[in-house]
Amino acid sequence: MTFLWILVGLACLGLSAVVLGWLFRFPLVALTRGELRRAMRGAPLMASFGMLVILIYAAVALLAPVLAPYAEREVIGAQYLPWGEGHLLGTDNLGRDMLTRLIYGARNTVGIALATTALAFSIGALLGLWAAAVGGWVDTVLSRIVDALMAIPALIFSLLLLTIFGTSIINMILVIAAIDSTRVFRLSRSVAQGIVVMDYIEAARLRGETMWRLITREILPNAMAPLVAEFGLRFCFVFLMISSLSFLGLGIKPPTADWGSMVRENATLISYGDITPLLPAGAIALLTVAVNFVVDWQLHRASGLKD
Amino acid sequence: MTDAPLLEMTDIHIEGRTGDDWVPIIKGVDLTLQRGEVLGLIGESGAGKSTLGLAAMGFTRDGCRISGGKVMFDGIDLLASSVGTRRDLRGSRIAYVAQSAAASFNPAHRLIDQYTETPVVHGVMPRAEAEADAVELYRRMQLPNPEEIGFRYPHQVSGGQLQRAMTAMAMACRPDLIIFDEPTTALDVTTQIEVLSAIRDIVAQFDTAAIYITHDLAVVAQMADRIKVLLRGDEVEEAPTREMLAAPKEDYTKTLWAVRSHQRAVQPAARGVPLVELRGITAGYGRVPVLKDVSFEIHKRRTVAVVGESGSGKSTAARVLTGLLVPSAGEVLFEGEPLPPDFRKRSREQLRQAQMIYQSADTSLNPKLRLRALIGRPAQMYLGLQGAALDERVRHLLNLIELEPDEYIDRLPSELSGGQKQRVGIARALAAEPKFIICDEVTSALDQIVAEGILNLLDRLQAEFDLAYMFITHDIATVRAIADDVVVMQSGKVVEQGEKADVLSPPHDPYTELLLSSVPEMDPDWLTRLLKERADIADG
Repeated sequence: MTFLWILVGLACLGLSAVVLGWLFRFPLVALTRGELRRAMRGAPLMASFGMLVILIYAAVALLAPVLAPYAEREVIGAQYLPWGEGHLLGTDNLGRDMLTRLIYGARNTVGIALATTALAFSIGALLGLWAAAVGGWVDTVLSRIVDALMAIPALIFSLLLLTIFGTSIINMILVIAAIDSTRVFRLSRSVAQGIVVMDYIEAARLRGETMWRLITREILPNAMAPLVAEFGLRFCFVFLMISSLSFLGLGIKPPTADWGSMVRENATLISYGDITPLLPAGAIALLTVAVNFVVDWQLHRASGLKD
Repeated sequence: MTDAPLLEMTDIHIEGRTGDDWVPIIKGVDLTLQRGEVLGLIGESGAGKSTLGLAAMGFTRDGCRISGGKVMFDGIDLLASSVGTRRDLRGSRIAYVAQSAAASFNPAHRLIDQYTETPVVHGVMPRAEAEADAVELYRRMQLPNPEEIGFRYPHQVSGGQLQRAMTAMAMACRPDLIIFDEPTTALDVTTQIEVLSAIRDIVAQFDTAAIYITHDLAVVAQMADRIKVLLRGDEVEEAPTREMLAAPKEDYTKTLWAVRSHQRAVQPAARGVPLVELRGITAGYGRVPVLKDVSFEIHKRRTVAVVGESGSGKSTAARVLTGLLVPSAGEVLFEGEPLPPDFRKRSREQLRQAQMIYQSADTSLNPKLRLRALIGRPAQMYLGLQGAALDERVRHLLNLIELEPDEYIDRLPSELSGGQKQRVGIARALAAEPKFIICDEVTSALDQIVAEGILNLLDRLQAEFDLAYMFITHDIATVRAIADDVVVMQSGKVVEQGEKADVLSPPHDPYTELLLSSVPEMDPDWLTRLLKERADIADG
């Protein structure tokens, strides 16, 4: 019986996602112009649902102080209060409001993940494209360094580095970005290797274009499709990495609200059949899914599979 | 043998899907083919030749549908018959030979495995017998080492041999009808002869009917009993080959004939310091030299055609000139001054003076840039144009290449036809205001009418901007049309060079002779005569 109810619940979730996506497409089409508008009109329902979710997360993250009923670190009552008046989602292990923590968590977790992924991509993609464009010993040296770094398991390596450099938010961003950029490097290098042999790259070289321009104007636009797809995936992995580091106590330090550490702090409640500690995990899952809907759509468009 | 035709297609309509609409590709064409007869289908690209050819098998490409008409093959209605019936016919009684054998063979299997597949699947003969048969057909197709060649993989065999192996494969079940879709378009003239004669012999030996699709009139004149001319999905005219060659009725057919008549006015003789000179160049990849002591000059306002079959080192010479390949000996001079051998060491001014137009406009134009950026970049870089001046310049260049600026300036290369892309390649070269342009097989991927337009354009621009061209080609007809001077290359050496009139008229070097005599002529007896002459020479 329970199984049946879970199925019904999932079906309702899926259906409401489709409906929300369908509804959200109208403002999207209405608010955009020209080529973007045509793209929006052709967006699949899941993609517009994804955009809606991302937009909501972004709004929550930006407007956290306005939306949250209490301050981030304010203790408002006893520990582990159940859901109810004044504390809609109950309180956590120190008696702080769960909803407030969730809202601030969006700001911290998503912001940090975004910064980390962006950094990883800037470093990895540029170096990867550069290695492919120049070739020779630059390529060899960079590739071997990356191989060596990739040989060490990511989580253990980041634990090691964080232990050496100390745990701060900046350090965590740098460490995860550095480790992730190796993956981006590999991808962008192999994609670019297929591009640098084209005649238009030769033409650009013969024209006397600088390496920077060659990479950013001639190679990068043609490597965008796989990189965008990878960005979506990487973003989710980084998200999970930060959460697992926080869960292990090496990520975002308390009392800063963060979804990963919120799961850990309130894990005891799970034994009592309370789903509250799973809410931050659900928030992570929903964003991951939403990002991938949008990325899949973009990939589909960029690869020229228009219909 | 019955009198009923082998293939009878009546009032065929084929449509292709673009977006949500169905656009007609073939608009009611009739086609009749008797047993043992060869029909030539000609027309420019996009005329629907291949689509009609495939429809003879009751087949359409993805996104196309046969919307009307009837295809009767030996009493069987192909369009009304079941998928199973059609599948039984294909390969066994109707076979297809594709344009690019290199792309159509599966690179992971040996030739003979691919040969035997069809007869074994159709239950015509067991595998061992099919293998013996393959060797026999390879011999008849005049392939070298017929006993062994089947046991090679496609990449171990040359392009011309692959095309013959593919024809042999089509013959495996002794079909009643073979459809040849431009089987020699991708080949050199010298190789083309071998393939043409092999195809012709084997079709005659087995009394096979054939539909021969091509855009090359001279080729179709050798192969076909009758010729059908298509234009934008409509039949223009149909007549026996000799009749049509002697007296084409329709205006369009006459223009097809006239295409080969582009003639360049004779230019005054070259004198003074050559604009570009290659002096004693030896170059290669790794230790094997591709160019051996190559020297030639290119003078201002002149077109030098560099001719030779693939692998003769024509393109390598261009790479040395542009500085992409550093020669192991010799030097490149520009207006008497030696150029640094590596393009990275050349000044921006030196780079500007020599521009290049590539063979394939598909790979030489960045697919993500709009024409504004593609054409504008050299002007921005070399001439420092910005904003309105740059926009003005791009529009001027688009006008020069006969593309309407307002319509085309913000298009992507993918939104252009093959000929238009090549024009954009020309505009990009012109944007740098160079003195010298290398044209690397610029017309070989285009059909004749479009190619003719490109040649005319290049000719006009040369006169207007005092350009010198180095024109790399394997097509003698192009050389005749545009060159002032000719350099003939064979396996990395210059065999003969001089003014066009001298090189193209006797006495010849033996290799030049071979190249020249291999160019198909309109005369339907040309191939027979040529093969006989060559056989006589071989016999002594």
